[in-house]
Amino acid sequence: MMLLSEQVLNGLQYGMTLFLMAAGLTLVFGVMGLINLAHGSLYMLGAFACAWVAGATGSFALGLIASLSAAAAAGALVEVVVIRRLYARDHLEQVLATFALILVFSEGARWVFGSFPLYLTLPSALSGAVMLPGGLQYPLFRLAIIGVGVAVAVGLWLLISRTRLGIRIRAGEADREMVAALGVDIARLYTAVFALGAALAGLAGALVGTIQSVQVGMGEPVLILAFVVIVIGGIGSIKGAFVAALLVGLTDALGKALLPSLFARVMEVSAANGIGTALGSMLIYILMAGVLIWRPQGLYGARA
Amino acid sequence: MKSRHILLGTIAAVALGAGAATAEGIKVGMITTLSGGGAGLGIDVRDGFNLALKRAGATDVEVIVEDDQQKPDVAVQIADKMIQSDQVDVLTGIIWSNLAMAVVPAAVAQGKFYLSPNAGPSALAGAGCNQNYFNVAWQNDNLHEAAGAYANSAGYKNSFMLAPNYPAGTDAITGYKRFYEGAAAGEVYTQLGQTDYAVEIGQIRASGADSVFFFLPGGMGIAFMKQYAESGVDIPLIGPAFSFDQNILQAVGDAALGVRNTSQWNKDLDNEANTAFVEAFQAEYGRLPSLYASQGYDTANLLLSAKAKADVADQDAFRAALEAADFASTRGEFRFGPNHHPIQDIYVREVVKEGDIYTNKLVGVALEDRGDAYAEECKM
Amino acid sequence: MGRDAALNTAVFAALVAVAFGAHVYGAPYVVTLATKAAILALAGVGLNLALGYGGMVSFGHAVFFGIGGYVTGIFASHAAAGTPVTTFPFTIAGSAEMLGIWPMAMVVTALAAVVIGALSLRTTGVYFIMVTLAFAQMVYYFAISWRAYGGEDGLSFYVRNSFPGLNTFAPLQFFAISAVLLAMAMAFSALVTRSRFGLALQAARANRQRVMASGIRPFALQLTAFVLSAAIVGLAGALYADLNRFVSPAMLSWHMSGEIMVFVILGGVGRLAGPVAGAGVFILLEQLLGGVSEYWQALLGLLLLAIVLYAPGGILGLLARGMRRV
Repeated sequence: MMLLSEQVLNGLQYGMTLFLMAAGLTLVFGVMGLINLAHGSLYMLGAFACAWVAGATGSFALGLIASLSAAAAAGALVEVVVIRRLYARDHLEQVLATFALILVFSEGARWVFGSFPLYLTLPSALSGAVMLPGGLQYPLFRLAIIGVGVAVAVGLWLLISRTRLGIRIRAGEADREMVAALGVDIARLYTAVFALGAALAGLAGALVGTIQSVQVGMGEPVLILAFVVIVIGGIGSIKGAFVAALLVGLTDALGKALLPSLFARVMEVSAANGIGTALGSMLIYILMAGVLIWRPQGLYGARA
Repeated sequence: MKSRHILLGTIAAVALGAGAATAEGIKVGMITTLSGGGAGLGIDVRDGFNLALKRAGATDVEVIVEDDQQKPDVAVQIADKMIQSDQVDVLTGIIWSNLAMAVVPAAVAQGKFYLSPNAGPSALAGAGCNQNYFNVAWQNDNLHEAAGAYANSAGYKNSFMLAPNYPAGTDAITGYKRFYEGAAAGEVYTQLGQTDYAVEIGQIRASGADSVFFFLPGGMGIAFMKQYAESGVDIPLIGPAFSFDQNILQAVGDAALGVRNTSQWNKDLDNEANTAFVEAFQAEYGRLPSLYASQGYDTANLLLSAKAKADVADQDAFRAALEAADFASTRGEFRFGPNHHPIQDIYVREVVKEGDIYTNKLVGVALEDRGDAYAEECKM
Repeated sequence: MGRDAALNTAVFAALVAVAFGAHVYGAPYVVTLATKAAILALAGVGLNLALGYGGMVSFGHAVFFGIGGYVTGIFASHAAAGTPVTTFPFTIAGSAEMLGIWPMAMVVTALAAVVIGALSLRTTGVYFIMVTLAFAQMVYYFAISWRAYGGEDGLSFYVRNSFPGLNTFAPLQFFAISAVLLAMAMAFSALVTRSRFGLALQAARANRQRVMASGIRPFALQLTAFVLSAAIVGLAGALYADLNRFVSPAMLSWHMSGEIMVFVILGGVGRLAGPVAGAGVFILLEQLLGGVSEYWQALLGLLLLAIVLYAPGGILGLLARGMRRV
């Protein structure tokens, strides 16, 4: 029981970081119709910015601010220089151009920071484990990540439903030409949305980098999972991204924790370990294929 | 048509480069990992190797170094190039067992010598051994076996075991269990390259183990130990030296202090060759040497000792000279078993802090004169 | 001979000239590189059939490349060990004969493509891109966990498979095999695209509704093209395994899918010799820039970006435009 509740928390925490990544991706796709593989690079950039600033100043808070602003700035820059030219192109060209951006970003980061991973030290206020009701010990920082994820989800919901920017975003999703005709500066709106998505990715990178490691290529596995999330949730839907992120996070954590022991009941331990581990890592892709075969437009997607 | 001229020009350039083989001396091809997450290991092997050549003043040993990016197919292609174009006599440098398995059998089949400064997969120690293959580091299981032996002497009865889901990971747990006599509280395989261990730490917490044996080389070990320290679980850790080299310890910091690990080498091993090596390495590169650096250094010295006795063109004589292992190893006593793998002592170390630097100090011997479990299967 | 045909022939001839030139100059490694280019180009020709002519942006073609490779590796390693590949439902012996392995690799790949294609083609657009990626990831993780065939470490088989009358270990002879297969695939692809089937396929890409109105089911067309495309990529995977005498899950990774796509785009989408030019330039850059800087992939990225933004027709598009001006 204790094991199960700890793994549920792990799944939630993992899901929240996926949500931070997926929110930006799905927003950019919903508003601009762009498929952006370089989103993982912005995640990596945020992590490096946080590691570098926190290392230089000794302040984790400054590191977080740096990650948000560096990723947002890089996002805006990339949007103006490259991404803008891709909106009218087909998906193939978008995939390719942003794949090219990954190469540039990754090798650039390797050039600046080297190949050896960087490691952050947790701020003392957030380090260590806390005792939860029910007697479960759980790392405080991971709880904080769950909190940040919920806060961002609420913030995004308020932003989209209550603010002027949100109205424009929704209008842009519905009918791009009309928004432009109404006198909204569409170029600035797009840059702002892209920078917002980038900032969230940067924040996710900084948080994950703090408990794991900051290294070149860290964005790629997360990027693929974020795509899995938005595809399951329905591309363009923030709500879908949130639900799907938690679904994927929980599936992954519980699958990894429970499958080997489940198989061990019917077969010999080492074989069960092998099959359980294999199936555990395939599980989310099976989930995604299943969802798409059942609902080709994702859980909350509009019909394509 | 223009593009074709450029292409032909390139061929001519490559062809000219290929003709320039040295008339005498030895040509060494070093395939090692110089980029990506595993770069630290390759850089240490290379630096240790070069340091030995420099100290010996060996100007007639030409070393060609190429980066395998830790990818087996890249390593195979580099080996093809070194054998076909550069016409090297000896290959060395590979860090990872899977790359060694992809390269070594084909290279020795083509009559090249291979000196392994790090990887020692069981297949190359047993039935797949070869007279031209020499391992200067260890057979892969050795340090894990030593960890198992140490667990017994420390009185552990219920170990939780953790390793990545790849062949070297399963070998690690097999090696540990070969000597460890207690019960298994759990046996978990993680994804290779995994960076989040929350799920596994949860399983350790729920397992009721009295010790945790883990084999997570490189960045995986750093992430695991940091997250383990944050989790509030305080079951003692044991592991092989791969998660406790100089680079890794500085990154893990306090979370590693006091952890016992097993190694065939440490910087405070008391012998003349080692003292000189540690001093020279620090003077040359401005950092403490790791065990990988010591292995690179020993590999080069083994090569030099053979070169002093025989010409590499006379394969039988050169091989006999290598078998004699007539060089001053940084590990003190060093000799080859019948399958060209080391027979050596394996020690227990503890992570300590010296000033601002995290490092290891020797605390005892785990296994004496250990060869390996596969030597009997080797028929040369 | 039309202008495009002349260009296609010239590109292919350039590759052959490089290999033979290198052989004459005594640079066997360059022959090996040309072989690698020919094999990767073959994979590109396969992908081009789905992507360039069929408009199916598959981000998971590495799965077929990898399956072709694994079939080769599995058969060759069983032949070396003298054990059967399987004894159920009937015994299949290992094989070290290229002519026996190739059809096997293509059949297995095609079967996988029928399943993956039939499920993926239920979706379109970004969903199709992502669901093909998901299937590739599934197989990738499966291969990593498949300990019997090396798992993450991959599978070595040391001796290149044999071809009657040839010494496959001689670089130039293995190049010749690869180049002939490449030429056959290009000819096949030219035939297919000009056939009734190919025209309908291209029409389905351009205007799905109209094709449906004329009584053709685009699903069947697209699935057929997807399977043909996969079988060619599987053959390329089999050759690539023989080139390295080694297969590993890296052949199945999404990076591989991306790279095959890069060959196609770099050379020119929907152009017969596009993948040949693309793969050739890719390997040339890898060798030239790789020597200049270990960060050569950043330069590759910039080049790729420039091609996508300013020369959507790829290298051959640029060349064709240049020729027209002359």
